[in-house]
Amino acid sequence: MNLLVIFRAGLSTGTILLIAAIGEILAERSGVMNLGVEGMMLIGAMAAFKVAHVTQNAWLGLMAGILAGGILSLMHGLVVISLQADQTVSGLSLTFLGTGLALVLGEGLTGLNTPTIPSFSIPLLSKIPYIGPIIFTDFNLLVYVGYLLIPIAWYFIYKTRPGMHMRAVGEKPSAADSLGISVYGTRYLYTFVGGCLAGLAGATISIAISPGWYSSLTTSGQGWIAIALVIFARWNPITAALGGYFFGMLRRFTLDLQGPAMLLGFRNPFFYNHNLVFFLQMVPFLLTIVALVWGSGAARRKRKGTPAALGIPYIRGERGL
Amino acid sequence: MRLPYRIKFEPRTKDVPKWLPFATSMGAIIVAFIISGIVLWAIGGNPFRVYRYFFSAAFGSWGAFSDILVKATPLIMIGLGCAVAFKMNILNIGAEGQFYMGAFFASMVVLVPIIPLDSPKWMVLTLMAVMGILGGALYGFIPGFLKAMFNVNEIITTLMLNYVAVYWNNYWIFGKYSDAGFQMTPTFDKVAWLPRLADLAREHPFFSGITLHLGVVFGLVAAVLIWVILKHSRWGYEITLIGDNPKAANYAGINIKKNIILVMMLSGALAGLAGMSEVTGVVHRLQERISTNYGFSGVIVAWLAKLNPFAVIPVAILFGALIVAGREIQPSGLSFMIQGTILFLVISSDVFLRYKVSIVRRHQEEAA
Repeated sequence: MNLLVIFRAGLSTGTILLIAAIGEILAERSGVMNLGVEGMMLIGAMAAFKVAHVTQNAWLGLMAGILAGGILSLMHGLVVISLQADQTVSGLSLTFLGTGLALVLGEGLTGLNTPTIPSFSIPLLSKIPYIGPIIFTDFNLLVYVGYLLIPIAWYFIYKTRPGMHMRAVGEKPSAADSLGISVYGTRYLYTFVGGCLAGLAGATISIAISPGWYSSLTTSGQGWIAIALVIFARWNPITAALGGYFFGMLRRFTLDLQGPAMLLGFRNPFFYNHNLVFFLQMVPFLLTIVALVWGSGAARRKRKGTPAALGIPYIRGERGL
Repeated sequence: MRLPYRIKFEPRTKDVPKWLPFATSMGAIIVAFIISGIVLWAIGGNPFRVYRYFFSAAFGSWGAFSDILVKATPLIMIGLGCAVAFKMNILNIGAEGQFYMGAFFASMVVLVPIIPLDSPKWMVLTLMAVMGILGGALYGFIPGFLKAMFNVNEIITTLMLNYVAVYWNNYWIFGKYSDAGFQMTPTFDKVAWLPRLADLAREHPFFSGITLHLGVVFGLVAAVLIWVILKHSRWGYEITLIGDNPKAANYAGINIKKNIILVMMLSGALAGLAGMSEVTGVVHRLQERISTNYGFSGVIVAWLAKLNPFAVIPVAILFGALIVAGREIQPSGLSFMIQGTILFLVISSDVFLRYKVSIVRRHQEEAA
């Protein structure tokens, strides 16, 4: 077990959660909660894998993954923005639909090979002493994309005009409407962007970071962890990203814990009784609950973060938010 | 671009006609099958053949129909549990986990064993049912408590607990009670088997091979009980009021926190009983994947039944058919996809309940 290895693995697999969580943050900041992340990730992973395999081109696969997530999210948009249906239930049905669709269309993909997005070291930056070899060396391209996404999302949300409009629509749609901002248009846009990022997160799994298609096990609940991260991070992309990396490290850590026979001078129980590993596998899910309890408590104390109009359909001309 | 026609939404001022919720649910089912047929066709399948196969696999014989009822049995209980929680706007998506915990607790009666296995059958089975209910209720208590005390989003907690329950069960199946290293416990003693119609085959040859078990009675009784609770009890009134208008409920002095916890426990108890009925009635041991996503299908069943306890029964039977046929037809994700599409369409069709939707011609409208 090597701390450096765990750290680097965390940066790598954490990218998946980070991308999905930032997508969800953008959608929720505009007032649309989309619980279909798991389904969108799965369809993105499937589409990316299938297209990359058929065309033997990873880049086309990547595009397909992004688009698949985006298109699926538009269904959610149609139902909750135009038809004003319940956002929670629609998001859930999107998960069922995305999962089912991915299983149907991904039939027979298991075990096939596909071209993948390349890994490389960043010139110059990787030469920085200490930091360079750890965070700029020999990672998948999408890990670096993840790095960039964090400041871009932060800057966009807090410092740009469209970002401000997006927040206004999520906080007080009627006021935004009277300023001439299209509430429906904005919500559709960020629902779509969120879906594209969820699709990208899925593609990141299947054709970049842990290539392959293992039906519904491909995402194994990471979409839900991403949603929990959003709540925990109080809709802030930087905190969400740090949380994503942390969960990535945790995953690797619980894996590594099974290796050595001795642990800090003690007999390692996970080495001698392999069945105890089931308890290790629970850890990320239990920790998500702990993070949520902590996040909810902190959110209540500070009374901030949650977009005020989150989950509430906007009906033009009616009194409301 | 302006189309000459426009879809007009008018808020309903009068009550929704009684037949409309039923009609929208039926419509959603039909349209879901059409859409899924188109997807099938697009990937090179023959939807007519698949659906014909589907119906013969599901309704072709008494044996097949009994299989459907067997699959519908846990769905009735889980659907009822979800319906009660949804009635109060608590989204319990954790029936899957509560089901596993119910199965686990019930199995402990035999595996530990908690009572000697030469006790009378009715005693063993009653204790197993009680344990199943207890396991599910305890597992529903956790998210209920977190929601009531810390306002933690119950959707996420129940979902996370689903994964935890599966790993928990796996530990005991693999680690402690494994049958010769297989991922299952040894088969239970006959004393822990729910009676089946097939047991009567010696006197009534008609029943031979009919696997329907007593669990279906649990489901039917539970439906009546839940209906009585919701329609004719003070507690049911509180649940409905909290669901409709939590502020008013609060002013009326109803303890919302207590009700959140209690409803989650009731919801979990029903899922736990479903788990017990599955291990004692169908598989006769604890093993991996005792649930074919019953917990999630239960959510859809409750929604499609418009949270009506009696409507849950026919909808559960329809979904039982989907599951039975889903085992037979390829590709295997199809029944999942149809279920998702149904749920999507059901909630979008709610727009017809809230609005009068009509198509108007623009030039007529502008003239008026």
